[in-house]
Amino acid sequence: MEKLIIAGREFESRLFLGSGKFRSNKQMKEAIAASDTEMVTVAMKRVDLNDKEDDLLNHILNPKIQLLPNTSGVRNAEEAVFAAQMAREAFGTNWLKLEIHPDPKYLLPDSIETLKATEQLVKLGFIVLPYCQADPTLCKHLEEAGAATVMPLGAPIGTNKGLQTRDFLRIIIEQANIPVIVDAGLGAPSHAAEAMEMGASACLVNTAIAVAGNPVEMAVAFKEAVIAGRRAYEAGLGTVGHNFIASASSPLTAFLYE
Amino acid sequence: MFSEEIVKLSWDKITRSIYAKTEADVRRALNKEHCTVDDFMALISPAATPHLEEMALLSKRYTEERFGLTMSLFIPLYLTNSCANSCVYCGFHISNPMPRTILTFEEMENEYKAIKALGPFENILLVTGENPAKAGVPYLSKALDIAKKYFANLKIEVMPLKMEEYKELTQHGLNGVICFQETYNKERYNLYHPRGMKSKFDWRVNAPDRMGEANVHSIGMGVLIGLEDWRTDVTFLAHHLRYLQRKYWRTKYSVNFPRMRPAENGGFQPNVIMSDKELAQLTFAMRIFDHDVDISYSTRETPFIRDHMAPLGVTTMSAESKTEPGGYYTYPQALEQFAVSDERTAIEVSQRLKELGLEPVWKDWDTSFDIIRETVK
Repeated sequence: MEKLIIAGREFESRLFLGSGKFRSNKQMKEAIAASDTEMVTVAMKRVDLNDKEDDLLNHILNPKIQLLPNTSGVRNAEEAVFAAQMAREAFGTNWLKLEIHPDPKYLLPDSIETLKATEQLVKLGFIVLPYCQADPTLCKHLEEAGAATVMPLGAPIGTNKGLQTRDFLRIIIEQANIPVIVDAGLGAPSHAAEAMEMGASACLVNTAIAVAGNPVEMAVAFKEAVIAGRRAYEAGLGTVGHNFIASASSPLTAFLYE
Repeated sequence: MFSEEIVKLSWDKITRSIYAKTEADVRRALNKEHCTVDDFMALISPAATPHLEEMALLSKRYTEERFGLTMSLFIPLYLTNSCANSCVYCGFHISNPMPRTILTFEEMENEYKAIKALGPFENILLVTGENPAKAGVPYLSKALDIAKKYFANLKIEVMPLKMEEYKELTQHGLNGVICFQETYNKERYNLYHPRGMKSKFDWRVNAPDRMGEANVHSIGMGVLIGLEDWRTDVTFLAHHLRYLQRKYWRTKYSVNFPRMRPAENGGFQPNVIMSDKELAQLTFAMRIFDHDVDISYSTRETPFIRDHMAPLGVTTMSAESKTEPGGYYTYPQALEQFAVSDERTAIEVSQRLKELGLEPVWKDWDTSFDIIRETVK
C-alpha cells in the first residue's frame, strides 16, 4: 500500500480515530492500540489544558501517534482561531482539526466560518485539517486556502449512516490535490471500505468504534476494512456493472461500416 | 506546471500499455461510470474496436445528460497568416513563399460584419500566426475590443502568451484560449517544429497552466492527428486534462482532434492516418472518460462524419469557416491554412442539425457577465 503523506508526515495507517464517547479511557486506549492508528483527534474541551497528568490525554499519548487537537465547541472563526492558539500552546503541536459547528443539535460544520478560519490559521502556521460539508466547491476553496487535507462528512455525525454523500465525495476525491479524509457518519467497516475503494485517502472513525459492543474488536474490523478498501483501490476495481448496455435495434455506428 | 508532470510519463510505456489492453480491460472500462486514464487507454485501444456500438450508446447518453440535445456553433476568423514558425505541416510555414497578410482594424471590422451576415454567430474564434511584433498583444487587444461590438463570446487561437498577457486580454473581453500541443512526444516534437518560438516544447505545454493562472474562462486543447501515434498522444492529452481540471477547477475545457489528410501537392505527408472509425472511437472514448468536456469538430471534417457524429458526443462545431485571413470579405481568394471539407453554409449546417433533432446554439454567453466581473473586481 502507498503511504499516506500529510504535510510532509508519513502515515502507514489510513485509519484515524476520535477519542470521544468511549466507556472508559482504558477501553479507548485498547481500541487505539488495536486499530494501529497513527492519528487520534482529541477535543480540547475534554482535556484539562493545565493538567499535565490529564487522564484522557495520557491514555492517548504515544510516540507513534500524531495528536490532532480539535476545536469542537467553537461556534465561529474567531473562536476557532483563539482555541487553536490555546491548543498549540497546551499540546505542543501545530496540527489542528478545525471543527466549527454553531448548531448544537446536528453538529453540522459551518462552511463560511470554516473557510475563514482556515485562511487565518494557515497564515498563523497551523497544519489545518478542516472538518467540512461534502461540498466540492468548498473543498477546492479550502485547498486554495492552504488546508493540509479536507475532511468531508459521509453522513451527519454520530448517525452511523455511511456514505450518504457518496456522489459528492466522489467529485471531491476526483478534484482534490490534497488528501481527502472521510469523517463522520461511518457506522460500519463496510462504509469505511467503500470510502477507501472510491479513493479516499483515509477515514476518521469515532462513534462506531466507541459505542460498539466490543470496541477493541470493532477497531480491528475498521483497520482491516480500511486496508482492504485501499488495497482494492490501488489494485483497480473490476467490473461493477454501472452501465447496463442494451443492444439498439438501429445501430448508431452503422455509418462507420458503409 | 505540466512540464514537471509530463516527465513522469513514459511515451514508450504508455504506447505498450495501450496495445496490450485486452477485452477484459475494455469491459471493465465500459462498466464504470467514471473512468481513469487507464480505462481511457483501454477504450482507445485496438481491443475496443468490436465495442463501438456500446461506446456510441454510452457517449450519446452522457452527452445528452450534460449538454442536452444541443450543438454549439462558432466561426473562426483568421486575422493574420504572417508567422515566424516553421511547422513542417503548416501552410503558413515561414519559408512558404506566399503573400502575408495582417488584417487592418478596418478590414477586421468588415470581416465581423460579413460573418454576422452569414448567421446569428455569437461565438467567434480569432486566429493568428506567430508575429509578436506586428500581431502581438496590443493588436489582439484591439481586435477583441472591436469584436466585442459584434459577438458575445470571444476566443483566440494564437501563439502561447505569458500569464500577464492572457490576463490583459481578459480585460479586453477574452473568454477562451485554444492552444493545441500538436504532439506530446517531447523527443520528436522538434522534428515538426524545428525553429522559432514554437520549437520550445515546455513553453507550449505550460501555456494552459498560464491560462489557468490568468483565470481564462475556457481552455481548448488538442493534438494534431497525423504526427505521432494518436493513441499515445491523446492519452497524454487525457493526463493533461485531468491535471488541469484538478488545478484550475474554475475553468471549462474543450478538446479537438484535427486530422491531417495526405497532401496532394507533395507537401508534408502525415505519418499516421486516422480513419473515420478511429475518430469515432476516440470521440466516444473521450466522452465516456469525461462527461463534461466540450468536444469540437471543425470543418476539416466532412459533412458525412459531422452529421453522423453530431448526436453521439460532439458538442461544438464550426461552420462556414474560411481558413485564410480576411476570407469572409477582404481577401476571399487568399491561401488557406488547411482545406475545408464541409463547405456548407452556416444556415445549411444549422438546418441539418435541426433535422437530426439537435438545437443549434449560437449564443451561450452574455457580455454582461464580463461587465459584472469587471465591476466586482
